Amino acid sequence: MSHEPGSPFGGYNFAYLDENTKRMIRRALLKAVAIPGHQVPFGAREMPLPYGWGTGGIQVTAAILGPRDVLKVIDQGADDTTNAVSIRRFFSRVAGVRGTTRTAEATIIQTRHRIPETPLTEAQTLVYQVPMPEPLFRLEPRLAETRRMHALADYGLMHVKLYEDIARHGHVSTAYSYPVMVGGRYLMSPSPIPAFDNPKMHRMPALQLFGAGREKKIYAVPPYTEVRSLDFEDHPFRPHRADGCCALCGSTTSYLDEVLTDDRGGRMFVCSDTDYCEERQEAAATAAPASTTPAPETEGVA
Amino acid sequence: MAYVAVKGGERAIGNAHAWLEETRRGDPSLPALSVAQIEAQMGLAVDRVMAEGACHDRGLAALAIKQAQGDLIEAAFLLRAYRTTLPRFGHALPLETGAMRIRRRVSATYKDLPGGQVLGPTYDYTHRLLDFALAAEGAPPPPPAPQAEAPQEHAPHVTELLAREGLMAREAEARGEPADLTRAPLAFPASRAARLQNLARGDEGFLLGLGYSTQRGYGNSHPFVGEIRQGSVTVCLMPPELGFEIEIGEIDVTECQMVNQFHGSKAEPPQFTRGYGLALGRGERKAMAMALVDRALMAGDLGEERTAPAQDEEFVLLHSDNVEATGFVEHLKLPHYVDFQSELEVVRRMRATAEAALRAIAEPAREEEVAE
Repeated sequence: MSHEPGSPFGGYNFAYLDENTKRMIRRALLKAVAIPGHQVPFGAREMPLPYGWGTGGIQVTAAILGPRDVLKVIDQGADDTTNAVSIRRFFSRVAGVRGTTRTAEATIIQTRHRIPETPLTEAQTLVYQVPMPEPLFRLEPRLAETRRMHALADYGLMHVKLYEDIARHGHVSTAYSYPVMVGGRYLMSPSPIPAFDNPKMHRMPALQLFGAGREKKIYAVPPYTEVRSLDFEDHPFRPHRADGCCALCGSTTSYLDEVLTDDRGGRMFVCSDTDYCEERQEAAATAAPASTTPAPETEGVA
Repeated sequence: MAYVAVKGGERAIGNAHAWLEETRRGDPSLPALSVAQIEAQMGLAVDRVMAEGACHDRGLAALAIKQAQGDLIEAAFLLRAYRTTLPRFGHALPLETGAMRIRRRVSATYKDLPGGQVLGPTYDYTHRLLDFALAAEGAPPPPPAPQAEAPQEHAPHVTELLAREGLMAREAEARGEPADLTRAPLAFPASRAARLQNLARGDEGFLLGLGYSTQRGYGNSHPFVGEIRQGSVTVCLMPPELGFEIEIGEIDVTECQMVNQFHGSKAEPPQFTRGYGLALGRGERKAMAMALVDRALMAGDLGEERTAPAQDEEFVLLHSDNVEATGFVEHLKLPHYVDFQSELEVVRRMRATAEAALRAIAEPAREEEVAE
């Protein structure tokens, strides 16, 4: 580790972590890839960013990052949210890597709460920031107990919870962090992505890595692995999105953010994935240069 | 209001940090606090940051306090983030706290004992009246405090005196390299070393509340302060390539050993048990609270029923760290609108289902009214 003021990357090793720490994280990553969906404890370090703000994802990214990588960081699907900006800035400062907002250009995408709309490829790695890696924690807070449950694949508690939801409300009330079974063996938290994104994890060509810094766990879904959202035969899993289309690009299939436009119930919907939205707007502008982007329509509440 | 995609997060962050720096400095017509002043005159704050920042360096702790505008948790975080970049070159031998150069030492179990009672520089027995004279600028420094003439005699641990009589359980000496929380994640059940390490870095307020709860019936402990001692101890290291120990320096610590009742079990006769607390610097409140919590956490090992939060190892150890806690609590201010949107959709869908069900009940009733 170099601390000399004159050395590159602000006096720190490439990508901040020292090489021994990176090696320790890579060992945990290899184990995680070998046992898809299984949570591997690792000696998470204290980072110069707060716990809960992406320290797990940052450590995973730092451990796999090379000088030729192109990094994209999103939070809520957007590249320009403050925490995403802060993390991208961190890596440009301590690793000097090229950043991008284009999903297709990135080799590593670090994300909080979303999976990009543009399908990922084998050449890409998706790194998730994970606040609570344990999918069972609301049902059983004791880690010693949940470890036993995973060992025995004893997931009845979660099925009962979903069943009770359906019996009480007619629907599963879990809207995000919707639990998945990985490779038919381990119950896994997909991190707090909306349930809408869950199907994208299934047989994804890209490697998916999950880092939870505060909880000191790493887990992974290797490329083309089966990832099933929990459901019942008579109540199949259904991803939901707001019933509307993006006011900027007109997409009717992307995940939408609801934006309040006034205090009288006015609102509009826009794509949560900003890169996807911008690329569609650009494509529309090239296809029909005369027409301008449709003016945002606001709708009132009935 | 038209929708404006929020852009320029980077500029906003830059501007916010410039404003923060201006706020931190405060009124520029007043002289800036020097790190040396903080180190010398805010000593207890420095000690708390060293303890919770898990790094014994008064100068860096003082710098962190200055940078954090006196927010001690933020300062502890700064110190931790620095500490984690330092290479680890070994582990010290256990501190010989029995050979401490004592500044303060009190026992609540004996009126007098070898080594005596030494009050030291304490707020105990001060009357908490604001001293308006301190508000005056340029007052001369206080006269030096009177010093004891006789050199201090050896002060053995109270718990050691009890143990020699067989009244205090002796603890098995741990062999080999102790756990290191900064390298390996906590696993449960945790070793005593990992537990004490966690508590020593833990938040003073959290431990204080938990310790207090054990005194109010949440986990029965009947504690006596066997002894509190505060002073400097020598740190020794045994490099494997040398094979003998070398002194590498001296640190200030506060140690508290609580003596607790234990009624005995089938295997063991009634005797006292100990709760142990140690904090870097002068952290008496922290060391006492830690000792209470340490003893409460032994409930399982001693065959006592575990009923209270302070006796629950996972609960205590996973929530004691204020750097972890503050990060996760404060992350709630990060955007969550994707998750909130998915919740909105679910609540709307469930309301639609519920309203449809209500209508289905109400409509046949209306038909009946018409029929009548």
